[in-house]
Amino acid sequence: MTELITAEMVELDLPPGDKDTTTARLVDRLVAAGRVTDREAFLADVRAREAVMPTGIEGGIGIPHARSAAVTAPTVAFGRSADGIDYGAADGPATLVFLIAAPDGGDADHLKVLAALSRRLIHESFREALHQAEDPDQVVALFNREVVVK
Amino acid sequence: MKFVAVTSCPTGIAHTYMAAEALETAAANAGHEIEVETQGAGGFTPLDPAVIAAADAVIFAADVEVRDRERFAGKPTVTTSVKSAIHDAPALIIEAANETTKTPVPAAGAGGGAAGASAGLAAKNYGHSGIAKVRGWLMTGVSYMIPFVAAGGILIAIAFMLSQIAWGETGVVAVTEVPLDELIANFSVVSLQDWAAMLFLIGAAAFGFLVPILSGFIAFGIADRPGIAPGIVGGFLAVEIGSGFLGGIVTGVIAGFAALWISRWKVPSAIRSIMPVVVTPLLATLITGALMIILLGRPLAAVSDGLTEWLNSMSDSSAILLGVILGLMMAFDMGGPVNKVAYSFAAAGLATVGASTDAPQLTIMAAVMAAGMVPPLGLALATTLRKRLFSEAEQENGKAAWLLGASFITEGAIPFAAADPIRVIPSLMAGSAVTGGLVMAFDNTLRAPHGGIWVLPLIGGPLTYLLAIAIGTVVTAGLVITLKGLGRTREDIAVEGEVKDAVTV
Repeated sequence: MTELITAEMVELDLPPGDKDTTTARLVDRLVAAGRVTDREAFLADVRAREAVMPTGIEGGIGIPHARSAAVTAPTVAFGRSADGIDYGAADGPATLVFLIAAPDGGDADHLKVLAALSRRLIHESFREALHQAEDPDQVVALFNREVVVK
Repeated sequence: MKFVAVTSCPTGIAHTYMAAEALETAAANAGHEIEVETQGAGGFTPLDPAVIAAADAVIFAADVEVRDRERFAGKPTVTTSVKSAIHDAPALIIEAANETTKTPVPAAGAGGGAAGASAGLAAKNYGHSGIAKVRGWLMTGVSYMIPFVAAGGILIAIAFMLSQIAWGETGVVAVTEVPLDELIANFSVVSLQDWAAMLFLIGAAAFGFLVPILSGFIAFGIADRPGIAPGIVGGFLAVEIGSGFLGGIVTGVIAGFAALWISRWKVPSAIRSIMPVVVTPLLATLITGALMIILLGRPLAAVSDGLTEWLNSMSDSSAILLGVILGLMMAFDMGGPVNKVAYSFAAAGLATVGASTDAPQLTIMAAVMAAGMVPPLGLALATTLRKRLFSEAEQENGKAAWLLGASFITEGAIPFAAADPIRVIPSLMAGSAVTGGLVMAFDNTLRAPHGGIWVLPLIGGPLTYLLAIAIGTVVTAGLVITLKGLGRTREDIAVEGEVKDAVTV
């Protein structure tokens, strides 16, 4: 099975911007890593999901995500922003952004790793560790250690 | 205590699992047990029926339909959005624990449907979470009604606009008088009049659904699917007997509790399968309809006669006072009995003036129309100035409300008023009263019974008229913003967030 995240899918200093530009930046990383085959199609799927209901949640988290035929393997791209990016959460902009890409169709087992990831996101300790991480490799190590499929 | 929960979100890969984790963590911290069924994109593993049977309460944290919901029937239930479970799982756990100690809705033998229904309502009204529940039902009804308001209102507004071009000055009157059969027989694609008349008829058809849908989905919020039929029928009757949207709220609540009560009867298993499709809708519809006709029909007629008489007796008093009173009445129930009395008073007066250009009746008509334009305009302004005080659906409705208000389609304000009557209706009344009084003071006149700004050429003193409307609009917006800002509880915000999510899914 492919890794959930690699160092090239991590960006620790997102430039100021809105959710569209930020999501697009992270999508570009997934395209470069070969996880997304069609940039525009995947972006459109993420935007469509975002339009249903903003994905920002309290505590400075944005989780743009979509299930899309343009995705080759369950993947997350991670971005950190000092200023925060508005993902529509009630309490303000997101400083941690997780772009979750799920392949369309395929078997349910594929999605379990994303479910495990989502479960970690609500834990303050996990968020705090992501804030403290000093380089992309630490982030990747953190994901590998914390996101465990039960 | 033991809980079960279902979490579910639109995509089913992120929020579903975050909510599940949050609920599991919160339950463990509070010393309870919980099993969560995550209905995600990868399907779901149904909870063991034995676990459901042993559970003290059920939590639905879902933005999409919970699959196989009937497995949880009869359990104390807390329903919320997936986001609120993520944000505040501990509060949800407490709420679920409280739910287990609540008095259940009374069973058969409470003395007929009405007693059962009102007792049920009273039992649910205690405390803050009760208020939040009522707000939740209202907002559910409102969220399903808004598309009808927007579609119908905008079509009617465009029809008015076109009619002024197609017929000339009094087009807004002519456009409402084209019968459907005549339009079908003679429709011409090159006739602007026909197009305008068609838009009006379609818009009016959509408006015919406002109160039935409001009522039906309030009942849906209370009793789930069995509430829809009795609620919609009750809402239709509420319109027929002239009780407007306030009557529709009443029928929605009655229908919901009647359906809920009946669906909880202990019945032999032979009948159980036909309960939801035959027995519950049949009896709940009968109860709701009969209550409206027998109990509310006559008092409403009496109120409306009394008000008309009173207004007639007021005709000789101060013009400004009359304008204020008409304004208060126009904004009180927007299409309900009180509004209708005020409007009919003006329209009937208009019919008697003939060719006169300065009869007092023309001023009264002007005051009534202006007062009816202010509620949607005031709310449109309020949603523009203070977005955060309104749900997303309300914000969208606020944009349409500019056009509806400008076209004297007072119904544009109903979604706001139905969702939060206590704070919104007084604000609307105040703004319309100011405008009604000002129009009388400015001595504006109007020679058409409706049309809004599209009949500006028929208005005497158009500039002061617009000024009166603008002042009332500002008063309404200011009051709505103040009241919504003051009396906001945590529950309100939670309910609003929930409905916002529900609407956009």
